[in-house]
Amino acid sequence: MPLTAITTAPLDQDAIVRELDTTGSGAVAVFLGLVRDHNKGRKVLFLDYEAYEPLALRGLDLIATEAREKWPAVRLAIHHRIGRMDIGEASVVIAAASPHRADAFAASRYAIERIKQIVPIWKHEYFDGGDVWIEGATADPDNAEAREEALRIACA
Amino acid sequence: MRVTVRLFARLRDIAGTGELTRDAPAGANVGAVWSSLVADFPELSAYEKSISCAVNADYSRFTATVADGDEVAFLPPVSGG
Repeated sequence: MPLTAITTAPLDQDAIVRELDTTGSGAVAVFLGLVRDHNKGRKVLFLDYEAYEPLALRGLDLIATEAREKWPAVRLAIHHRIGRMDIGEASVVIAAASPHRADAFAASRYAIERIKQIVPIWKHEYFDGGDVWIEGATADPDNAEAREEALRIACA
Repeated sequence: MRVTVRLFARLRDIAGTGELTRDAPAGANVGAVWSSLVADFPELSAYEKSISCAVNADYSRFTATVADGDEVAFLPPVSGG
């Protein structure tokens, strides 16, 4: 199993953690993003995620590279699921192994913030009464301000 | 020359397809490809300021020149996670 992946299969957090080399690690932080049953006052029925897969995978790899620059001792795995997901299912799993917990928490937080900024994946929300494409950030990996913002949130 | 255009999410809905081919003059840039799409699908113009673009699955700029056979993708604001 690769450390970064875009997949239609249900995410197996245990398998993803097992892939991490935890030699010398004292902590693994695991973040799960779940399909929430409500959004902006709407009752969400399910989400259908779409990706530009080759570029999305490159985006995850770029995030892993950026995290390594900031936290050289952290080992990171990022798997994002696409396709239809029901309420409560995991859409993303981030696992960060580190000698100490602070860097594991920070790197995993950084990764989810950067996913929301630069990875070409879109949520199609089906709610009680209709459906809508969710549109967040204009993706630009070269936007230094966005990257600094993600670092600031991660290290807060 | 001819390029393949990829559209995603709401852009795909507007155009009614996620993939189409466009003819472009030699030396055309990504912005020119986008303009030709907007001419056919005026609703796309709302995304002028908020989209990103990619050439051959790598982030690019509207000023980048495209070549015959390139895959040019237009990406509305992303919402992964």
